[in-house]
Amino acid sequence: MENRLIVSPSPHAHIDDSVAKIMWAVSLALLPAGAAGVYFFGLKALWIIILGIVSAVATEIILQKLSKSKITVSDGSAFLTGLLLAYNLPPGVPFWVPIVGSFFAIFIGKFVFGGLGKNIFNPALAGRAFLMASWPSLMTTFVKPFGYKYDAITSATPLAALKEGKVMEHISNLNLFFGNRPGCIGEVCVLALLAGAVFLLIKGYISWHIPFSFIGTVGFFTCVFGAKGLFNGDWLFHILSGGLILGAFYMATDYVTSPLTRKGQIIFGIGCGLITGVIRLWGGYPEGVCYAILIMNAATPLIDRYVRPRIYGTK
Amino acid sequence: MKNLIREFVKGITIENPTFALVLGLCPTLAVSSSVGNAIGMGVSATFVLLGSNIIISLIRKLIPDQIRIPCFIVVIATFVTIVEMLLKAYFPALNASLGIYVPLIVVNCIVLGRAEAFACKNRVLPSIADALGMGVGFTIALTIIATIREALGEGEILDFKLIHGFDPAAVFILAPGALLTLGLLIAAVNWWHIRKKDNKEIKKLSCHEGVCDGCK
Repeated sequence: MENRLIVSPSPHAHIDDSVAKIMWAVSLALLPAGAAGVYFFGLKALWIIILGIVSAVATEIILQKLSKSKITVSDGSAFLTGLLLAYNLPPGVPFWVPIVGSFFAIFIGKFVFGGLGKNIFNPALAGRAFLMASWPSLMTTFVKPFGYKYDAITSATPLAALKEGKVMEHISNLNLFFGNRPGCIGEVCVLALLAGAVFLLIKGYISWHIPFSFIGTVGFFTCVFGAKGLFNGDWLFHILSGGLILGAFYMATDYVTSPLTRKGQIIFGIGCGLITGVIRLWGGYPEGVCYAILIMNAATPLIDRYVRPRIYGTK
Repeated sequence: MKNLIREFVKGITIENPTFALVLGLCPTLAVSSSVGNAIGMGVSATFVLLGSNIIISLIRKLIPDQIRIPCFIVVIATFVTIVEMLLKAYFPALNASLGIYVPLIVVNCIVLGRAEAFACKNRVLPSIADALGMGVGFTIALTIIATIREALGEGEILDFKLIHGFDPAAVFILAPGALLTLGLLIAAVNWWHIRKKDNKEIKKLSCHEGVCDGCK
């Protein structure tokens, strides 16, 4: 029992933050983006979000009950995982897709590694990667915004159109910014995502290092290599389209799966940006944010090892 | 006789090459995408294992210790060549779907492992029992993995459609599905082993004066 005493070096300043508080704050910050998704894609998007959250929380409760460990759903991490997973789904998917995805995200993405704090990969992205590999056609069929008013008109995302060598003329950068474009539920409205991100940055729950180096690298990379000749690429289009803003601010910054030190976080962000750029411009998929973050998640222990700060007083 | 049965059974249960020893993973992961391939690979590997165990245990006194591995490999490669020719002659479709993994049985660590760990130290009869046990254990393991993967990834087993209207998860046919299925099965087998053992013994091994929450 003596081992319960926590011994830490001074100063013993107390911060009023806890895992639960941060998780709920991030969920709150994501709210406007979800509302925008529901506005553009209709009530079905809301159902997908609710199903994603409910099944993630239910999976966590069932698994913790079965393994007779403490039930920790109130810390909000399962809620956030389900929410992020649903935000990463196209609005037209059948209702079982968020359920299967959330189950995989919580069970394989988090629980088998030992629960929150021990997972190697971002659970929501692991769930998305699983869905992507399992049902690629469902996961790449997108609908037009406001299409629900007529009869769900399918449409390529701006990035997918670019991959096929076309440019979607009617979608300006302004449309990309406000979210009037085909895409995943939570990724379309850049404005709402940025509003939430500013809230998190001001509260100090995320630092600027990962998102800024991530987005900056994607911008620089696509500017240099995005078109014929160097420095001709449409970098603003690449920053605003796809899931870059959602991924950079809300998923790459996951505490568990990103490096601990500032230097490590910048390396992490640049790595994410390079992989995203390479996949978008030369890879087989139109969008690479998900895989970029997952690959860099795997590299996180290595980064942490090489940027370990010098202990004061040693050489 | 009892001894022989024990050697046979251990290959299926406590020393199962796939779930306990975790040997021969390359063919396990690669060909377990369909039940037909899994059984074909299991039987081929069992044949090679049987042949190599018999020959090596017969000539174990003649093999100089320093070059025993090359000797084993020559014997194993002979049997693999026989299997390959047999498959080509009588089961061309199976041979085509197993592809490179038939010649690769030469470097299957189960075969070399049993030669090194068992056949070169034991007489012929126990070696036969060991080879059969390991072979059957390998085949059973492969078939279990393949059943799960084919059912989830194709929605059918041996061309028999399981559920209509089920949209199969293609990932289980791909490489990640193989690793996931194998990992979860090994976890299940370990869990079963731990439950079977005396609970107190486990606690003694894993517990350091109540630091963890395990004893509560």
